[in-house]
Amino acid sequence: MSDLRELYQDVIFDHYKKPRNCHVLDCANHQADGFNPLCGDQLTVYLKVEHGVITDLSFKGSGCAISTASASLMTEALKGKKIDEVEDLFEDFHHMVTTPEDAPHPELGKLEVLAGVSEFPARVKCATLAWHTLQAALKNQNQPATTE
Amino acid sequence: MRSESNKVLREAATPADVARWRDDFPILQETISGEPLVYLDNAATTQKPQSVLAAEADYYRHTNANVHRGVHTLSQRATDQYEAARGKIARFINAAGSNEIIYVRGATEAINLVAQSFARPRLKPGDEILISAMEHHSNIVPWQMVCEQTGALLKVVTINDAGEFEFESFERLLGPRTRLVALTHLSNALGSIVPIERVIELAHSSGVPVLIDGAQAIAHLTVDVRALDCDFYAFSGHKIYGPTGIGVLYGKAALLDAMPPYQGGGDMIRTVTFEKTEYNELPYKFEAGTPNIAGAIGLGAALDYVGAIGIATIAAHERDLLDYATREVSAIPGLTIVGSARDKASILSFTLAGTHPHDIGTILDHRGVAIRAGHHCAMPVMQRFGLSGTARASFALYNTRAEVDTLVAALHQVTEIFQR
Ligand SMILES: Cc1ncc(COP(=O)(O)O)c(C=O)c1O
Repeated sequence: MSDLRELYQDVIFDHYKKPRNCHVLDCANHQADGFNPLCGDQLTVYLKVEHGVITDLSFKGSGCAISTASASLMTEALKGKKIDEVEDLFEDFHHMVTTPEDAPHPELGKLEVLAGVSEFPARVKCATLAWHTLQAALKNQNQPATTE
Repeated sequence: MRSESNKVLREAATPADVARWRDDFPILQETISGEPLVYLDNAATTQKPQSVLAAEADYYRHTNANVHRGVHTLSQRATDQYEAARGKIARFINAAGSNEIIYVRGATEAINLVAQSFARPRLKPGDEILISAMEHHSNIVPWQMVCEQTGALLKVVTINDAGEFEFESFERLLGPRTRLVALTHLSNALGSIVPIERVIELAHSSGVPVLIDGAQAIAHLTVDVRALDCDFYAFSGHKIYGPTGIGVLYGKAALLDAMPPYQGGGDMIRTVTFEKTEYNELPYKFEAGTPNIAGAIGLGAALDYVGAIGIATIAAHERDLLDYATREVSAIPGLTIVGSARDKASILSFTLAGTHPHDIGTILDHRGVAIRAGHHCAMPVMQRFGLSGTARASFALYNTRAEVDTLVAALHQVTEIFQR
Protein backbone atom coordinates (compact mmCIF):
# COMPACT_ATOMS: atom_id res chain seq x y z
CA MET A 1 0.00 0.00 0.00
CA SER A 2 2.76 2.45 0.92
CA ASP A 3 4.39 1.79 -2.47
CA LEU A 4 1.08 2.45 -4.18
CA ARG A 5 0.77 5.81 -2.45
CA GLU A 6 4.35 6.55 -3.49
CA LEU A 7 3.42 5.82 -7.07
CA TYR A 8 0.04 7.48 -7.20
CA GLN A 9 0.86 10.77 -5.51
CA ASP A 10 -1.56 13.68 -5.56
CA VAL A 11 0.67 15.61 -7.95
CA ILE A 12 0.51 12.72 -10.39
CA PHE A 13 -3.28 12.59 -10.23
CA ASP A 14 -3.42 16.32 -10.70
CA HIS A 15 -1.33 16.08 -13.87
CA TYR A 16 -3.29 13.05 -15.08
CA LYS A 17 -6.66 14.71 -14.66
CA LYS A 18 -5.53 18.17 -15.80
CA PRO A 19 -2.51 17.63 -18.02
CA ARG A 20 -0.49 20.77 -18.73
CA ASN A 21 0.51 21.73 -22.27
CA CYS A 22 -1.73 19.04 -23.67
CA HIS A 23 -2.53 20.30 -27.17
CA VAL A 24 -1.14 20.50 -30.67
CA LEU A 25 1.56 23.18 -30.95
CA ASP A 26 0.96 25.04 -34.19
CA CYS A 27 4.32 26.78 -34.23
CA ALA A 28 6.29 23.58 -33.58
CA ASN A 29 9.41 23.00 -35.64
CA HIS A 30 10.08 19.50 -34.24
CA GLN A 31 7.64 16.74 -33.49
CA ALA A 32 7.56 12.97 -33.10
CA ASP A 33 5.07 10.22 -32.32
CA GLY A 34 5.68 7.83 -29.48
CA PHE A 35 4.17 4.43 -29.02
CA ASN A 36 4.25 1.88 -26.23
CA PRO A 37 3.58 -1.42 -27.98
CA LEU A 38 2.97 -3.09 -24.64
CA CYS A 39 -0.21 -1.23 -23.82
CA GLY A 40 -1.00 0.62 -27.04
CA ASP A 41 -0.44 4.07 -25.56
CA GLN A 42 0.31 6.73 -28.12
CA LEU A 43 1.42 10.32 -27.88
CA THR A 44 2.89 13.09 -29.98
CA VAL A 45 5.42 15.57 -28.62
CA TYR A 46 5.70 19.03 -30.22
CA LEU A 47 8.67 21.35 -29.79
CA LYS A 48 9.55 24.86 -30.74
CA VAL A 49 13.33 25.20 -30.66
CA GLU A 50 15.00 28.56 -31.22
CA HIS A 51 18.75 29.12 -31.01
CA GLY A 52 19.21 25.87 -29.14
CA VAL A 53 16.53 26.67 -26.59
CA ILE A 54 13.17 24.94 -26.17
CA THR A 55 10.93 27.98 -26.19
CA ASP A 56 7.71 25.98 -26.17
CA LEU A 57 6.60 22.35 -26.06
CA SER A 58 3.43 20.34 -25.74
CA PHE A 59 2.07 16.83 -26.12
CA LYS A 60 -1.11 15.16 -27.24
CA GLY A 61 -2.24 11.59 -26.77
CA SER A 62 -3.85 9.06 -24.54
CA GLY A 63 -2.24 7.04 -21.84
CA CYS A 64 -2.28 5.81 -18.29
CA ALA A 65 -1.90 8.04 -15.24
CA ILE A 66 1.85 7.56 -15.16
CA SER A 67 2.57 8.25 -18.82
CA THR A 68 0.19 11.22 -18.98
CA ALA A 69 1.51 12.79 -15.77
CA SER A 70 5.07 12.16 -16.87
CA ALA A 71 4.45 13.87 -20.23
CA SER A 72 2.73 16.78 -18.55
CA LEU A 73 5.50 17.23 -15.96
CA MET A 74 8.14 16.93 -18.65
CA THR A 75 6.64 19.76 -20.69
CA GLU A 76 6.65 21.96 -17.60
CA ALA A 77 10.20 21.03 -16.69
CA LEU A 78 11.70 21.61 -20.12
CA LYS A 79 10.19 24.91 -21.17
CA GLY A 80 13.08 27.37 -21.54
CA LYS A 81 15.76 24.69 -21.23
CA LYS A 82 18.68 24.50 -23.65
CA ILE A 83 18.56 21.35 -25.76
CA ASP A 84 22.09 20.53 -24.53
CA GLU A 85 20.66 20.14 -21.05
CA VAL A 86 17.95 17.68 -22.06
CA GLU A 87 20.17 14.65 -22.34
CA ASP A 88 21.59 14.98 -18.83
CA LEU A 89 18.17 15.62 -17.40
CA PHE A 90 16.73 12.52 -19.08
CA GLU A 91 19.68 10.49 -17.85
CA ASP A 92 19.02 11.61 -14.27
CA PHE A 93 15.31 11.01 -14.69
CA HIS A 94 15.86 7.56 -16.14
CA HIS A 95 18.20 6.69 -13.31
CA MET A 96 15.62 7.86 -10.79
CA VAL A 97 12.73 5.80 -12.22
CA THR A 98 14.84 2.65 -12.56
CA THR A 99 16.78 2.71 -9.29
CA PRO A 100 14.83 1.78 -6.16
CA GLU A 101 15.75 3.57 -2.97
CA ASP A 102 17.95 6.01 -4.79
CA ALA A 103 19.24 9.21 -3.17
CA PRO A 104 17.04 12.31 -3.54
CA HIS A 105 17.17 14.15 -6.87
CA PRO A 106 16.88 17.85 -6.14
CA GLU A 107 18.17 18.64 -9.66
CA LEU A 108 14.99 17.08 -11.09
CA GLY A 109 12.67 19.44 -9.24
CA LYS A 110 9.01 18.50 -9.55
CA LEU A 111 9.85 15.46 -11.67
CA GLU A 112 10.86 13.79 -8.45
CA VAL A 113 7.25 12.84 -7.77
CA LEU A 114 7.81 10.05 -10.29
CA ALA A 115 10.52 8.42 -8.15
CA GLY A 116 7.93 5.88 -6.94
CA VAL A 117 7.95 4.29 -10.40
CA SER A 118 11.25 2.62 -9.52
CA GLU A 119 9.34 0.18 -7.31
CA PHE A 120 7.21 -0.81 -10.31
CA PRO A 121 9.53 -2.05 -13.07
CA ALA A 122 6.54 -2.83 -15.31
CA ARG A 123 5.72 0.87 -15.38
CA VAL A 124 9.12 2.34 -16.27
CA LYS A 125 8.16 2.41 -19.92
CA CYS A 126 5.07 4.46 -19.11
CA ALA A 127 7.19 7.05 -17.31
CA THR A 128 9.79 7.30 -20.07
CA LEU A 129 7.57 7.23 -23.18
CA ALA A 130 7.29 11.02 -23.39
CA TRP A 131 11.02 11.41 -22.92
CA HIS A 132 11.91 8.91 -25.63
CA THR A 133 9.49 10.69 -27.92
CA LEU A 134 11.02 14.04 -27.06
CA GLN A 135 14.46 12.72 -27.99
CA ALA A 136 13.10 11.49 -31.30
CA ALA A 137 11.53 14.89 -31.92
CA LEU A 138 14.81 16.67 -31.22
CA LYS A 139 16.52 14.41 -33.75
CA ASN A 140 13.53 15.07 -35.96
CA GLN A 141 13.28 11.42 -36.78
CA ASN A 142 10.15 10.55 -38.63
CA GLN A 143 10.14 7.07 -37.19
CA PRO A 144 7.73 6.81 -34.29
CA ALA A 145 9.65 6.44 -31.04
CA THR A 146 8.92 3.32 -29.08
CA THR A 147 9.78 2.29 -25.58
CA GLU A 148 11.39 -0.91 -26.86
CA MET B 1 -24.02 -29.76 -32.55
CA ARG B 2 -21.93 -27.31 -30.54
CA SER B 3 -20.10 -29.49 -28.15
CA GLU B 4 -23.20 -31.10 -26.71
CA SER B 5 -21.24 -32.02 -23.64
CA ASN B 6 -20.77 -28.32 -22.85
CA LYS B 7 -24.47 -27.88 -22.80
CA VAL B 8 -25.18 -30.80 -20.53
CA LEU B 9 -26.19 -29.30 -17.25
CA ARG B 10 -23.72 -30.52 -14.75
CA GLU B 11 -23.41 -29.99 -11.08
CA ALA B 12 -20.74 -27.33 -10.81
CA ALA B 13 -17.64 -28.64 -9.11
CA THR B 14 -17.85 -28.51 -5.32
CA PRO B 15 -15.49 -26.25 -3.36
CA ALA B 16 -13.78 -29.42 -2.19
CA ASP B 17 -13.14 -30.46 -5.81
CA VAL B 18 -11.68 -27.08 -6.61
CA ALA B 19 -9.55 -27.15 -3.46
CA ARG B 20 -8.15 -30.51 -4.56
CA TRP B 21 -7.41 -29.17 -8.05
CA ARG B 22 -5.69 -26.17 -6.54
CA ASP B 23 -3.38 -28.46 -4.60
CA ASP B 24 -2.18 -29.82 -7.92
CA PHE B 25 -0.73 -26.43 -8.91
CA PRO B 26 2.37 -25.59 -6.84
CA ILE B 27 2.55 -21.99 -8.11
CA LEU B 28 -0.73 -21.16 -6.38
CA GLN B 29 1.24 -21.14 -3.12
CA GLU B 30 3.13 -18.03 -4.22
CA THR B 31 2.55 -14.70 -2.57
CA ILE B 32 2.75 -11.38 -4.42
CA SER B 33 3.53 -8.26 -2.36
CA GLY B 34 2.69 -10.36 0.69
CA GLU B 35 -0.74 -11.37 -0.63
CA PRO B 36 -1.76 -14.81 -1.90
CA LEU B 37 -1.51 -14.99 -5.67
CA VAL B 38 -4.87 -14.65 -7.42
CA TYR B 39 -4.02 -15.68 -10.95
CA LEU B 40 -6.61 -14.36 -13.41
CA ASP B 41 -4.45 -14.12 -16.52
CA ASN B 42 -5.23 -17.58 -17.80
CA ALA B 43 -6.04 -16.44 -21.31
CA ALA B 44 -2.40 -15.36 -21.62
CA THR B 45 -1.08 -18.62 -20.22
CA THR B 46 -2.26 -21.16 -17.68
CA GLN B 47 -0.36 -22.51 -14.69
CA LYS B 48 0.98 -26.05 -14.75
CA PRO B 49 -0.08 -28.94 -12.52
CA GLN B 50 2.49 -31.06 -10.69
CA SER B 51 1.96 -33.92 -13.13
CA VAL B 52 3.11 -31.76 -16.05
CA LEU B 53 6.12 -30.48 -14.14
CA ALA B 54 6.98 -34.04 -13.19
CA ALA B 55 6.56 -35.36 -16.73
CA GLU B 56 9.05 -32.83 -18.05
CA ALA B 57 11.50 -33.35 -15.20
CA ASP B 58 11.23 -37.15 -15.42
CA TYR B 59 11.86 -37.01 -19.10
CA TYR B 60 15.13 -35.13 -18.58
CA ARG B 61 16.14 -37.28 -15.62
CA HIS B 62 15.39 -40.70 -17.02
CA THR B 63 14.78 -40.58 -20.74
CA ASN B 64 16.51 -37.68 -22.48
CA ALA B 65 17.68 -38.68 -25.97
CA ASN B 66 16.93 -37.65 -29.50
CA VAL B 67 13.86 -39.12 -31.15
CA HIS B 68 13.53 -41.21 -34.31
CA ARG B 69 17.29 -41.58 -34.53
CA GLY B 70 19.03 -43.86 -32.13
CA VAL B 71 19.18 -47.60 -31.77
CA HIS B 72 19.91 -47.22 -28.08
CA THR B 73 17.41 -47.72 -25.30
CA LEU B 74 16.95 -44.10 -24.30
CA SER B 75 16.28 -42.98 -27.83
CA GLN B 76 13.65 -45.67 -28.20
CA ARG B 77 12.12 -44.67 -24.87
CA ALA B 78 12.08 -40.99 -25.82
CA THR B 79 10.50 -41.80 -29.17
CA ASP B 80 7.84 -43.96 -27.54
CA GLN B 81 6.88 -41.24 -25.05
CA TYR B 82 6.94 -38.52 -27.68
CA GLU B 83 4.69 -40.54 -29.97
CA ALA B 84 2.43 -41.62 -27.12
CA ALA B 85 1.81 -37.93 -26.40
CA ARG B 86 0.84 -37.45 -30.03
CA GLY B 87 -1.69 -40.24 -29.62
CA LYS B 88 -3.13 -38.55 -26.53
CA ILE B 89 -3.53 -35.32 -28.47
CA ALA B 90 -5.25 -37.12 -31.34
CA ARG B 91 -7.70 -38.72 -28.91
CA PHE B 92 -8.26 -35.47 -27.00
CA ILE B 93 -9.56 -33.71 -30.10
CA ASN B 94 -10.89 -36.91 -31.71
CA ALA B 95 -8.68 -36.77 -34.79
CA ALA B 96 -8.89 -39.73 -37.14
CA GLY B 97 -5.25 -40.59 -36.45
CA SER B 98 -1.95 -39.49 -34.94
CA ASN B 99 -0.59 -38.67 -38.38
CA GLU B 100 -2.97 -35.68 -38.44
CA ILE B 101 -1.26 -34.17 -35.38
CA ILE B 102 1.68 -31.94 -36.30
CA TYR B 103 3.84 -30.71 -33.44
CA VAL B 104 4.60 -27.00 -33.70
CA ARG B 105 5.68 -24.28 -31.27
CA GLY B 106 2.16 -23.02 -30.73
CA ALA B 107 -0.97 -21.72 -32.39
CA THR B 108 1.03 -18.97 -34.06
CA GLU B 109 3.35 -21.37 -35.82
CA ALA B 110 0.45 -23.64 -36.75
CA ILE B 111 -1.33 -20.78 -38.51
CA ASN B 112 1.83 -19.66 -40.27
CA LEU B 113 2.38 -23.21 -41.45
CA VAL B 114 -1.07 -23.34 -43.04
CA ALA B 115 -0.64 -19.86 -44.53
CA GLN B 116 2.64 -20.76 -46.20
CA SER B 117 2.21 -24.44 -47.06
CA PHE B 118 -1.50 -24.63 -47.76
CA ALA B 119 -2.71 -21.19 -48.77
CA ARG B 120 0.28 -19.68 -50.52
CA PRO B 121 0.63 -22.19 -53.37
CA ARG B 122 -3.11 -22.04 -54.06
CA LEU B 123 -3.76 -18.31 -53.96
CA LYS B 124 -4.04 -16.17 -57.08
CA PRO B 125 -4.37 -12.39 -57.25
CA GLY B 126 -7.91 -11.40 -56.32
CA ASP B 127 -8.59 -14.57 -54.31
CA GLU B 128 -9.96 -13.96 -50.83
CA ILE B 129 -9.31 -15.12 -47.29
CA LEU B 130 -12.02 -14.55 -44.71
CA ILE B 131 -11.27 -13.78 -41.07
CA SER B 132 -13.29 -11.96 -38.40
CA ALA B 133 -12.97 -8.63 -36.62
CA MET B 134 -12.07 -10.36 -33.35
CA GLU B 135 -8.99 -12.28 -34.35
CA HIS B 136 -5.76 -12.38 -32.39
CA HIS B 137 -2.87 -10.82 -34.30
CA SER B 138 -1.56 -14.32 -34.96
CA ASN B 139 -4.67 -15.09 -37.00
CA ILE B 140 -4.35 -11.82 -38.93
CA VAL B 141 -0.71 -11.17 -39.73
CA PRO B 142 0.13 -14.56 -41.32
CA TRP B 143 -2.77 -13.98 -43.75
CA GLN B 144 -1.68 -10.43 -44.48
CA MET B 145 1.76 -11.79 -45.28
CA VAL B 146 0.42 -14.43 -47.65
CA CYS B 147 -1.86 -11.83 -49.25
CA GLU B 148 1.16 -9.65 -49.86
CA GLN B 149 3.00 -12.58 -51.40
CA THR B 150 0.16 -13.64 -53.71
CA GLY B 151 -2.03 -10.62 -54.37
CA ALA B 152 -4.93 -12.22 -52.51
CA LEU B 153 -7.26 -10.08 -50.39
CA LEU B 154 -8.19 -10.28 -46.72
CA LYS B 155 -11.90 -9.86 -45.95
CA VAL B 156 -13.14 -9.26 -42.43
CA VAL B 157 -16.45 -10.51 -41.00
CA THR B 158 -17.92 -7.87 -38.70
CA ILE B 159 -18.93 -8.23 -35.05
CA ASN B 160 -21.81 -6.47 -33.33
CA ASP B 161 -21.74 -4.23 -30.26
CA ALA B 162 -22.04 -7.24 -27.98
CA GLY B 163 -18.92 -8.67 -29.60
CA GLU B 164 -20.82 -11.40 -31.41
CA PHE B 165 -19.81 -12.80 -34.78
CA GLU B 166 -22.27 -11.49 -37.37
CA PHE B 167 -23.32 -14.48 -39.37
CA GLU B 168 -25.08 -12.37 -42.03
CA SER B 169 -21.80 -10.56 -42.66
CA PHE B 170 -20.13 -13.93 -43.10
CA GLU B 171 -22.82 -15.08 -45.54
CA ARG B 172 -22.37 -11.88 -47.54
CA LEU B 173 -18.58 -12.13 -47.67
CA LEU B 174 -18.35 -15.84 -48.48
CA GLY B 175 -18.07 -15.60 -52.26
CA PRO B 176 -16.76 -17.29 -55.39
CA ARG B 177 -13.24 -15.99 -54.74
CA THR B 178 -13.10 -17.16 -51.10
CA ARG B 179 -10.31 -19.73 -50.81
CA LEU B 180 -10.06 -20.12 -47.04
CA VAL B 181 -11.90 -19.15 -43.86
CA ALA B 182 -9.76 -18.66 -40.72
CA LEU B 183 -11.59 -17.95 -37.48
CA THR B 184 -11.07 -17.98 -33.79
CA HIS B 185 -13.20 -20.46 -31.84
CA LEU B 186 -13.21 -18.28 -28.71
CA SER B 187 -12.15 -14.63 -28.71
CA ASN B 188 -9.27 -13.89 -26.35
CA ALA B 189 -10.24 -10.22 -26.01
CA LEU B 190 -14.03 -10.58 -25.58
CA GLY B 191 -14.75 -14.17 -24.59
CA SER B 192 -17.23 -14.56 -27.46
CA ILE B 193 -17.74 -18.07 -28.81
CA VAL B 194 -17.96 -18.14 -32.60
CA PRO B 195 -20.62 -20.47 -34.05
CA ILE B 196 -18.00 -22.39 -35.99
CA GLU B 197 -20.27 -25.39 -36.68
CA ARG B 198 -22.55 -23.24 -38.83
CA VAL B 199 -19.58 -21.46 -40.36
CA ILE B 200 -17.90 -24.71 -41.34
CA GLU B 201 -21.10 -26.13 -42.75
CA LEU B 202 -21.76 -23.10 -44.92
CA ALA B 203 -18.13 -22.77 -46.03
CA HIS B 204 -18.00 -26.44 -46.97
CA SER B 205 -21.20 -26.13 -48.97
CA SER B 206 -19.20 -23.72 -51.14
CA GLY B 207 -16.16 -25.99 -51.10
CA VAL B 208 -14.13 -23.61 -48.93
CA PRO B 209 -11.78 -25.08 -46.29
CA VAL B 210 -11.80 -23.72 -42.73
CA LEU B 211 -9.00 -23.20 -40.21
CA ILE B 212 -10.01 -22.76 -36.58
CA ASP B 213 -7.74 -20.90 -34.17
CA GLY B 214 -8.42 -22.88 -31.01
CA ALA B 215 -5.75 -21.21 -28.86
CA GLN B 216 -8.37 -20.08 -26.32
CA ALA B 217 -11.08 -22.66 -26.89
CA ILE B 218 -9.00 -25.75 -26.29
CA ALA B 219 -9.03 -25.38 -22.49
CA HIS B 220 -12.66 -24.30 -22.18
CA LEU B 221 -14.79 -26.03 -24.83
CA THR B 222 -15.07 -29.60 -25.99
CA VAL B 223 -13.25 -29.89 -29.29
CA ASP B 224 -14.12 -32.75 -31.60
CA VAL B 225 -12.46 -32.05 -34.92
CA ARG B 226 -14.35 -34.80 -36.71
CA ALA B 227 -17.75 -33.68 -35.48
CA LEU B 228 -16.81 -30.10 -36.39
CA ASP B 229 -15.40 -31.29 -39.71
CA CYS B 230 -12.90 -28.40 -39.63
CA ASP B 231 -9.97 -28.73 -42.00
CA PHE B 232 -7.35 -27.33 -39.64
CA TYR B 233 -7.40 -26.70 -35.89
CA ALA B 234 -4.54 -24.83 -34.19
CA PHE B 235 -3.72 -24.57 -30.49
CA SER B 236 -0.91 -24.02 -27.98
CA GLY B 237 0.02 -26.33 -25.13
CA HIS B 238 0.64 -23.54 -22.64
CA LYS B 239 -2.98 -22.41 -22.60
CA ILE B 240 -4.20 -25.84 -21.56
CA TYR B 241 -1.95 -26.35 -18.53
CA GLY B 242 0.95 -27.65 -20.65
CA PRO B 243 4.43 -26.26 -21.31
CA THR B 244 5.29 -23.28 -23.49
CA GLY B 245 7.00 -23.88 -26.81
CA ILE B 246 4.80 -26.79 -27.86
CA GLY B 247 1.56 -26.66 -29.80
CA VAL B 248 -0.48 -28.52 -32.33
CA LEU B 249 -1.66 -28.19 -35.86
CA TYR B 250 -4.41 -30.64 -36.60
CA GLY B 251 -5.09 -31.05 -40.31
CA LYS B 252 -7.10 -33.53 -42.34
CA ALA B 253 -4.63 -36.09 -43.65
CA ALA B 254 -5.68 -35.61 -47.27
CA LEU B 255 -4.94 -31.88 -47.07
CA LEU B 256 -1.67 -32.30 -45.20
CA ASP B 257 -0.54 -34.95 -47.69
CA ALA B 258 -1.01 -32.57 -50.57
CA MET B 259 0.93 -29.74 -48.91
CA PRO B 260 4.66 -29.08 -49.40
CA PRO B 261 6.83 -29.11 -46.26
CA TYR B 262 7.05 -25.91 -44.21
CA GLN B 263 10.71 -26.15 -43.26
CA GLY B 264 13.56 -28.32 -44.48
CA GLY B 265 15.97 -30.27 -42.33
CA GLY B 266 16.46 -33.51 -40.48
CA ASP B 267 13.62 -35.87 -39.66
CA MET B 268 11.35 -34.52 -42.39
CA ILE B 269 13.03 -36.51 -45.15
CA ARG B 270 13.06 -40.09 -46.27
CA THR B 271 16.16 -39.93 -48.50
CA VAL B 272 18.42 -37.10 -49.47
CA THR B 273 20.79 -36.94 -52.41
CA PHE B 274 22.04 -33.72 -53.92
CA GLU B 275 19.81 -34.32 -56.89
CA LYS B 276 16.57 -35.07 -55.13
CA THR B 277 15.10 -35.32 -51.67
CA GLU B 278 12.15 -37.50 -50.82
CA TYR B 279 10.02 -36.20 -48.02
CA ASN B 280 8.99 -38.23 -45.05
CA GLU B 281 5.42 -39.31 -44.46
CA LEU B 282 2.92 -37.49 -42.23
CA PRO B 283 3.29 -36.02 -39.70
CA TYR B 284 7.12 -35.99 -39.92
CA LYS B 285 7.12 -34.13 -43.22
CA PHE B 286 6.24 -31.00 -41.22
CA GLU B 287 8.59 -31.60 -38.30
CA ALA B 288 12.07 -30.59 -39.41
CA GLY B 289 14.81 -30.71 -36.83
CA THR B 290 14.95 -31.90 -33.24
CA PRO B 291 11.58 -31.10 -31.73
CA ASN B 292 10.50 -29.98 -28.25
CA ILE B 293 10.39 -33.54 -26.95
CA ALA B 294 9.95 -32.70 -23.27
CA GLY B 295 7.28 -30.17 -24.21
CA ALA B 296 5.32 -32.74 -26.19
CA ILE B 297 5.45 -35.20 -23.31
CA GLY B 298 4.43 -32.43 -20.92
CA LEU B 299 1.50 -31.56 -23.15
CA GLY B 300 0.43 -35.20 -23.13
CA ALA B 301 0.47 -35.09 -19.32
CA ALA B 302 -1.57 -31.87 -19.35
CA LEU B 303 -4.23 -33.47 -21.55
CA ASP B 304 -4.31 -36.48 -19.25
CA TYR B 305 -4.89 -34.10 -16.36
CA VAL B 306 -7.67 -32.18 -18.10
CA GLY B 307 -9.22 -35.37 -19.41
CA ALA B 308 -9.38 -36.88 -15.93
CA ILE B 309 -11.42 -33.93 -14.67
CA GLY B 310 -13.32 -33.53 -17.90
CA ILE B 311 -13.69 -30.43 -20.05
CA ALA B 312 -17.45 -30.29 -19.41
CA THR B 313 -16.86 -30.17 -15.64
CA ILE B 314 -14.21 -27.49 -16.07
CA ALA B 315 -16.48 -25.50 -18.40
CA ALA B 316 -19.36 -25.64 -15.91
CA HIS B 317 -17.11 -24.40 -13.11
CA GLU B 318 -15.75 -21.57 -15.25
CA ARG B 319 -19.27 -20.68 -16.36
CA ASP B 320 -20.23 -20.27 -12.71
CA LEU B 321 -17.18 -18.06 -12.07
CA LEU B 322 -17.84 -15.94 -15.15
CA ASP B 323 -21.51 -15.42 -14.24
CA TYR B 324 -20.62 -14.61 -10.65
CA ALA B 325 -17.83 -12.21 -11.64
CA THR B 326 -20.04 -10.54 -14.25
CA ARG B 327 -22.70 -9.90 -11.61
CA GLU B 328 -20.27 -8.69 -8.97
CA VAL B 329 -18.24 -6.30 -11.12
CA SER B 330 -21.37 -4.82 -12.67
CA ALA B 331 -22.05 -3.11 -9.33
CA ILE B 332 -18.76 -1.18 -9.49
CA PRO B 333 -19.43 2.45 -10.46
CA GLY B 334 -17.98 3.38 -13.85
CA LEU B 335 -17.20 -0.19 -14.83
CA THR B 336 -18.20 -1.28 -18.34
CA ILE B 337 -17.94 -4.86 -19.53
CA VAL B 338 -16.56 -5.13 -23.05
CA GLY B 339 -18.01 -8.18 -24.77
CA SER B 340 -21.44 -9.36 -23.72
CA ALA B 341 -22.04 -12.13 -26.23
CA ARG B 342 -24.79 -14.54 -25.31
CA ASP B 343 -22.43 -17.41 -25.96
CA LYS B 344 -19.36 -16.61 -23.93
CA ALA B 345 -16.66 -18.39 -21.94
CA SER B 346 -13.98 -17.74 -19.32
CA ILE B 347 -13.10 -14.15 -20.21
CA LEU B 348 -14.18 -10.88 -18.59
CA SER B 349 -12.90 -7.77 -20.36
CA PHE B 350 -13.78 -4.37 -18.89
CA THR B 351 -12.94 -0.70 -18.59
CA LEU B 352 -13.25 1.67 -15.66
CA ALA B 353 -14.24 5.26 -16.43
CA GLY B 354 -11.31 7.64 -16.02
CA THR B 355 -8.85 4.88 -15.24
CA HIS B 356 -6.44 3.40 -17.72
CA PRO B 357 -6.21 -0.42 -17.77
CA HIS B 358 -2.51 -0.21 -17.01
CA ASP B 359 -3.20 1.57 -13.75
CA ILE B 360 -5.86 -0.98 -12.87
CA GLY B 361 -3.32 -3.72 -13.51
CA THR B 362 -0.71 -2.16 -11.25
CA ILE B 363 -3.09 -1.62 -8.35
CA LEU B 364 -4.55 -5.12 -8.65
CA ASP B 365 -1.08 -6.61 -8.79
CA HIS B 366 -0.42 -4.95 -5.48
CA ARG B 367 -3.22 -7.01 -4.01
CA GLY B 368 -1.79 -10.16 -5.56
CA VAL B 369 -4.33 -10.18 -8.40
CA ALA B 370 -2.79 -10.86 -11.81
CA ILE B 371 -4.84 -9.67 -14.77
CA ARG B 372 -3.96 -8.54 -18.28
CA ALA B 373 -4.16 -4.88 -19.26
CA GLY B 374 -3.88 -3.64 -22.81
CA HIS B 375 -4.97 -4.60 -26.30
CA HIS B 376 -4.55 -8.37 -25.83
CA CYS B 377 -2.87 -8.69 -29.23
CA ALA B 378 -6.21 -7.85 -30.79
CA MET B 379 -5.85 -4.18 -31.71
CA PRO B 380 -8.64 -4.30 -34.32
CA VAL B 381 -11.06 -5.39 -31.57
CA MET B 382 -10.04 -2.40 -29.49
CA GLN B 383 -10.51 -0.11 -32.50
CA ARG B 384 -13.96 -1.64 -33.09
CA PHE B 385 -14.96 -0.54 -29.59
CA GLY B 386 -13.09 2.77 -29.70
CA LEU B 387 -10.74 1.75 -26.90
CA SER B 388 -6.98 1.71 -26.55
CA GLY B 389 -7.22 -1.28 -24.26
CA THR B 390 -9.18 -3.11 -21.59
CA ALA B 391 -8.47 -4.88 -18.35
CA ARG B 392 -9.12 -8.60 -18.64
CA ALA B 393 -9.71 -11.24 -16.01
CA SER B 394 -9.71 -14.78 -17.40
CA PHE B 395 -10.58 -17.93 -15.52
CA ALA B 396 -9.23 -21.45 -15.27
CA LEU B 397 -10.24 -24.58 -13.43
CA TYR B 398 -8.38 -23.61 -10.23
CA ASN B 399 -10.05 -20.22 -9.73
CA THR B 400 -12.65 -19.70 -7.03
CA ARG B 401 -15.48 -17.37 -6.11
CA ALA B 402 -13.33 -16.15 -3.21
CA GLU B 403 -10.75 -15.05 -5.76
CA VAL B 404 -13.44 -13.18 -7.66
CA ASP B 405 -14.28 -11.44 -4.37
CA THR B 406 -10.63 -10.41 -4.02
CA LEU B 407 -10.73 -9.05 -7.57
CA VAL B 408 -13.85 -7.06 -6.84
CA ALA B 409 -12.45 -5.65 -3.58
CA ALA B 410 -9.28 -4.63 -5.39
CA LEU B 411 -11.32 -2.94 -8.13
CA HIS B 412 -13.15 -0.95 -5.47
CA GLN B 413 -9.77 0.15 -4.22
CA VAL B 414 -8.86 1.29 -7.72
CA THR B 415 -11.93 3.49 -7.90
CA GLU B 416 -11.16 4.88 -4.44
CA ILE B 417 -7.60 5.77 -5.37
CA PHE B 418 -8.66 7.29 -8.66
CA GLN B 419 -11.54 9.28 -7.27
CA ARG B 420 -9.69 11.01 -4.53
C1 LIG C 1 -7.10 -16.46 -29.89
C2 LIG C 1 -5.61 -16.63 -29.90
N1 LIG C 1 -4.99 -17.02 -31.02
C3 LIG C 1 -3.67 -17.21 -31.07
C4 LIG C 1 -2.87 -17.00 -29.98
C5 LIG C 1 -1.40 -17.20 -30.11
O1 LIG C 1 -0.93 -18.23 -29.31
P1 LIG C 1 0.61 -18.48 -29.12
O2 LIG C 1 1.22 -17.16 -28.77
O3 LIG C 1 0.71 -19.48 -28.02
O4 LIG C 1 1.14 -19.01 -30.43
C6 LIG C 1 -3.46 -16.58 -28.79
C7 LIG C 1 -2.61 -16.29 -27.61
O5 LIG C 1 -2.82 -15.36 -26.89
C8 LIG C 1 -4.86 -16.39 -28.75
O6 LIG C 1 -5.46 -15.99 -27.63
